[in-house]
Amino acid sequence: MNSAAKITAANLSRRTLKDKLFKGLVLFLSLITISPIVLIIYKLVAKGYRQISLEFIIKTPPNTFEAMTALSNGELIPGGIANGITGTLLMVVLASVIAIPVGVITGIYLYENPGKPLANLTRNISDILQGVPSIVLGLIAYMWIVKPITSGFSALAGSVSLSIMMLPMIVRSTEETLKMIPQSIKEAAVALGVPYYKVILRVLIPTGFSGLLTGILLGISRILGETAPLMLTALGSSVINMDITKPTSAVPLLIWEFYNDPNMVDLIWSSSLLLMGMVLTLNLVSKRIAARTK
Amino acid sequence: MNLGKLQAKQFSQLLNVHQMNSDKITKGVLLLSSFVILFVAGGMIFSLVEGAIPALKSFGLSFIWSNNWNPTEGKENYGALPFIAGTIITSVAALLISLPLSFSVSLFLGEYYRGTKIAKVLGTMVDLLAGIPSIVYGLWGFYVLRPLLIDLGLPNQGFGIFTASIILAIMIIPYATSLSNEIITMVPNELKEAAYSLGATRSEVIFSVVVPSARSGIIAGYILSFGRALGETMAVTMLIGNANIVPDGFFSTGNTMASVIANQFGEADGLKLSSLIAIGLLLFLLTGIINAIGKFIIKRMG
Repeated sequence: MNSAAKITAANLSRRTLKDKLFKGLVLFLSLITISPIVLIIYKLVAKGYRQISLEFIIKTPPNTFEAMTALSNGELIPGGIANGITGTLLMVVLASVIAIPVGVITGIYLYENPGKPLANLTRNISDILQGVPSIVLGLIAYMWIVKPITSGFSALAGSVSLSIMMLPMIVRSTEETLKMIPQSIKEAAVALGVPYYKVILRVLIPTGFSGLLTGILLGISRILGETAPLMLTALGSSVINMDITKPTSAVPLLIWEFYNDPNMVDLIWSSSLLLMGMVLTLNLVSKRIAARTK
Repeated sequence: MNLGKLQAKQFSQLLNVHQMNSDKITKGVLLLSSFVILFVAGGMIFSLVEGAIPALKSFGLSFIWSNNWNPTEGKENYGALPFIAGTIITSVAALLISLPLSFSVSLFLGEYYRGTKIAKVLGTMVDLLAGIPSIVYGLWGFYVLRPLLIDLGLPNQGFGIFTASIILAIMIIPYATSLSNEIITMVPNELKEAAYSLGATRSEVIFSVVVPSARSGIIAGYILSFGRALGETMAVTMLIGNANIVPDGFFSTGNTMASVIANQFGEADGLKLSSLIAIGLLLFLLTGIINAIGKFIIKRMG
């Protein structure tokens, strides 16, 4: 072997080594990246599972004294987070009722008028709305609803802040879904002389239904865990409240309250476990639906 | 006979008119809903500006660079500099920490193991990171990460910019990854094969072919995830230490724009409330600009 070939061989083995090292680094860093989700779920399950029971879902939280007594006796803290669960459901349903129709119809508008300046403006504004921090949406709902309309913290204000958060996500997913529907299906309906609204209700929406549903479920899973805007709007309540003009609790708000109360702090894990369970189930279900339709 | 024909004609005319009306109404409804979005966005800016006016009138532009946040009655003074600085420092640090991690994940998903089962599992797990509520990240940071950092000798009981940045970095990884992974997957095979045929190793292909051709997508992904970091509230509030000072280092405590609103909103009224709204307005503008830059880069890629 002459010296030039030797140098090339040495060079090659150095480059191969470098290649292997880099791949090892990528694998190592990827593993580090997914470790938090494993660790977080592990922590929630390990510390929270004992508290999860029927009582946890149907009862309201104990007062601080009851919690303290249970703690000093070494028992599980009694009671549950029913006020949070009902409050979360109330506000998420109300937010959906506001955001889904407007979002889907706007998405259809963007799909039907692709090049129009107004459509482009709406699309850009909607994209920017999607990036607005949730706490700012809380401020907005405070100024729009809490002060002038319900003159106090309310579920309605919480729902409004959540609906503004959800709206751009639904607009986006509706437009993207409709774009994938073959143009011929719509043309067939139009050729039969079907009125425009029926083309939308009987052709576009049913054909893109699973796509729309995916977007909606993802939107709901995003707002389920929101805490910051609710601190500024719904505030919280120690009892089950179904009046949308009154302060209302939510699961994330309860977690925040428990976190700040040394006697109740044990409840954060089970509440978080329940919340995570809801969010991740919705997430996985919507991914399933999306994967099946592709 | 004649009459029948006439009636049929009238009927079809009526039908047409009816249908034209219904089509017009439908189009009107579509148009209206898009106005709702514009109205909401316009209303947001209007309300934020209106709410911020008392603070901006009292302190003028010095609101942005004054670092004196003093709610004591009589000596009331509000400056946003500590929070602007805190926001930018934590977000930049979070971005730097997340860079190698999300870049590795997007290479794992889009290059090394593209389309395999293990990539699907890893991708799902990274997506799940985006599903964890901010407050749960905060709890985990408080009860798991913070004690760990205290053991490593972090001052201030483990609270501060550094701790908040680590949690923020984990939170924004899915946002940076999803876009850059998509773009890396789209790099044409011919380009890579050409490099391989010249004898390049895989890492050389990645750095001389894949990264340069996916560059703007990767950058846009990082910009958008930076925008996310700017507005995160709960996890940061629970970990940053909530001191209204301009942070003097990575391990110092501080406050961000979002966390000061969450912290001080409860007892705020008058000038203080207006100052918090003014901070909200600044945060809105800052995230809006960052997101617009990200979207612009994506749009230019086509």
